[in-house]
Amino acid sequence: MIELKNLTKRYGKFTAVNAISVEIPRGTLYGLLGPNGAGKTTTMRMIAGILRPTSGTVTVAGFDVVSQPLQAKQRLGFIPDRPFVYDKLTGAEFLRFVAGLYGQSGPEIEKRTDELLELFELTPWKHELTESYSHGMRQKLIISSALVHRPEVIVVDEPMVGLDPKSTRLLKEIFRHFVDRGGTVLMSTHTLEIAEVMCDQIGIVFGGQIAAAGTMAEIRTQTNSGNGSLEDIFLKLTGGLGERELSAVFGD
Amino acid sequence: MTETPARGASVAQIMFPKWRSVTARMAKGRHEAAGRMILLGVIGSAFWLGAFLVFHRVLKYLGTTPEIGGLLAGKILSMLLLAFGSILLLSNLVTALSTFFLAKDLDMLVSAPVDWGRLYLAKIFETLVHSSWMVALLLVPILTAYGVVYHGGWLFPLAVIGALVPFFVLPTIIGAAITLVLVNVFPARRARDLLTLIAIGAVGSVVLVLRFMRPEQLTRPEGFRNLVDFVAELRTPSHVLMPSEWVANAIMNWLERVGDPLPLLLLWSTAGAFVVLGGSLHSRLYPAAFSKAQEGAEKHAAGLLWQRWVAGALRFLPVTRREFIMKDLRVFFRDTTQWSQLILLAVLLIVYVFNIQALPLYTGEKVPYLLVTLVVFLNQGLAGFVLAAIAARFIFPSVSLEGRQLWLLKSSPLDLRAMLWSKYWVGTAPLLIVAVTITVVTNEILRASPFMMFLSVITIACFTMAAGSLALSLGVLFPQFETENAAQIPTSFGGLVFMMSAILLLAGIIVVEARPVAAHLQAYQEGLADEGFSGELWWAMAKVFVLCATATLLPLRQSLKRLEALEV
Repeated sequence: MIELKNLTKRYGKFTAVNAISVEIPRGTLYGLLGPNGAGKTTTMRMIAGILRPTSGTVTVAGFDVVSQPLQAKQRLGFIPDRPFVYDKLTGAEFLRFVAGLYGQSGPEIEKRTDELLELFELTPWKHELTESYSHGMRQKLIISSALVHRPEVIVVDEPMVGLDPKSTRLLKEIFRHFVDRGGTVLMSTHTLEIAEVMCDQIGIVFGGQIAAAGTMAEIRTQTNSGNGSLEDIFLKLTGGLGERELSAVFGD
Repeated sequence: MTETPARGASVAQIMFPKWRSVTARMAKGRHEAAGRMILLGVIGSAFWLGAFLVFHRVLKYLGTTPEIGGLLAGKILSMLLLAFGSILLLSNLVTALSTFFLAKDLDMLVSAPVDWGRLYLAKIFETLVHSSWMVALLLVPILTAYGVVYHGGWLFPLAVIGALVPFFVLPTIIGAAITLVLVNVFPARRARDLLTLIAIGAVGSVVLVLRFMRPEQLTRPEGFRNLVDFVAELRTPSHVLMPSEWVANAIMNWLERVGDPLPLLLLWSTAGAFVVLGGSLHSRLYPAAFSKAQEGAEKHAAGLLWQRWVAGALRFLPVTRREFIMKDLRVFFRDTTQWSQLILLAVLLIVYVFNIQALPLYTGEKVPYLLVTLVVFLNQGLAGFVLAAIAARFIFPSVSLEGRQLWLLKSSPLDLRAMLWSKYWVGTAPLLIVAVTITVVTNEILRASPFMMFLSVITIACFTMAAGSLALSLGVLFPQFETENAAQIPTSFGGLVFMMSAILLLAGIIVVEARPVAAHLQAYQEGLADEGFSGELWWAMAKVFVLCATATLLPLRQSLKRLEALEV
């Protein structure tokens, strides 16, 4: 469903993403992990068609994101890490506008808008401007907007940031149901416990490259980690916190 | 034990991130956008050269009448500086709202142990630079012409800087103080909504400036009893307490070798006193004002009824375009920083039509056909300038305003052509209506012939289509995605480039049409032609059409490419 082949992104001399190749089949929840600045967000933004790859290809549902962008994006729902929405639109208007971007309108969209707002408990604020929404409410609105056109693939960058525990649980259930029905989710997160429990496959990115990828069992084998937790494996691959770093913070 | 609190970061340290941003942007510009810099260089040089030549010619001409030439040159400079001063005041009001209350660095600065006085000076400097650079650039060719014609010498630039620095400081201090007081007085509303008040304030100031200038008296020397009265009028300072008058006097004193330090003393002492007073006001009011400016966002969504009506009227459009237009209209009419500018637009149009009406054309005796046609022809140029200013306010910022939401547009299957199409027509269609209406109304007031009416309407329509495209496209080429205040976007670097390109296009149109119009007039005068169109005029109109079509299509195509390549 999502296929990255030798995907590379350079900013001048700096290589943010270095020849990543990953294949995520239909019906998979894939977790993309990595320390800050590893290249996760850049990879996701290339999949969403926001950034153009320097080289390599991205295919979504069989369509190349660069050469067939409209077909690829029609099947994609993207949830960014920062919830920027139009401050002067109401929640309902925003969802209607997003549906319009996908060429959808009419009673079906009105019904779907109401359902999504109800699901995320935003109905009381449906007709209020989003500038009065909290960070979490905006995040929920953006998640709703990624679902309003019924995508086949969801690419989501740090979905749990700003959400309360109830919404976090809801989102996990939505993603699980979505995947069980044949959808594909690519999710980046720093919450390793969530990734370990939720994801069917995991890719750990470090320095713009995939350091390890596969199911938890496969990753343990690749990294000779025995029964180690995902956190242990992650720190082993990306470097842990040394005592020297702590003493630098506290000045001991 | 009491401890003296540290004064925290110095003014230079507070300014450092801004300075680094500017240098980083310039370095990036050098590497990435050579084409844009060349475009800017060409348009800027042409504009500067044009302005220099016009002023050089006018000043040279005035120099041929030694009795009143110097006086008139001083008067022109004083009027220009008064107009620039009012622009500076408005610009500083708008900018101070951003720098003192909306800027992203404020949370960090206010929560850090930074001395209030240093914060004030740093923000005043930032406000001054942001709101004054454009006026400073515009003054360069004009003052160069003064320096060249009056042989100001190599030290003339220093004399000009000495007079202009306090002139720029004063509106910055006043603008920042007014904004500070307004934010304190109106706590319940969001700081951005203050622009409504600022715009209304601008209405008053524009009217005042027009009255202050008393331009009609200078254009009608026959209205004075004799030359002595006229010279006496020129010698009388229009407004002794105006800093613009002091600057003009300081500059003219230098040029005419008059050793009078009073204007400079007045300028520097007033500026110094205002900095101290402004600082004192800031120390008393800023903490409370800053807190109030952060209060409550607006919840209520206005205008749901008219939206239903507009949505119904746009039903014939494809879903994406219809939703895009509806979104743009909703955001526009709910954002005070945007719609309040309509007040400025109304003032601009009223003053324009009023000025045309005030022209002393029909005062009893029969007015020659030549004069009416000439005025109508010039009116076309003026109307074009007014329309360009409106496009700069409303069309130029439209893509920049998508800034933070570009992730959504780029990740959706939106055809960017549809977005540009929507933005072009949402801005250009009302502009076209305004353009044709003011042209017809002013031509009616001027009693233009059907021939000139037809020529003006077609020309202004073509120009408006091109100006709309130029505004939108240069808004894409010079975007301001990170702006905190929509009203500031037109005064950015790109806004200036747009105004210069629009004026150059207008000049091109006038040059193409001038010769055939003159030939037609001569033929008419000599009884060789009726009021109809000559072949040469049709040919000129065809050229104008091609020029405007090129200025419409080429920029749109370039901006589409740029949008497609844009990474956010």
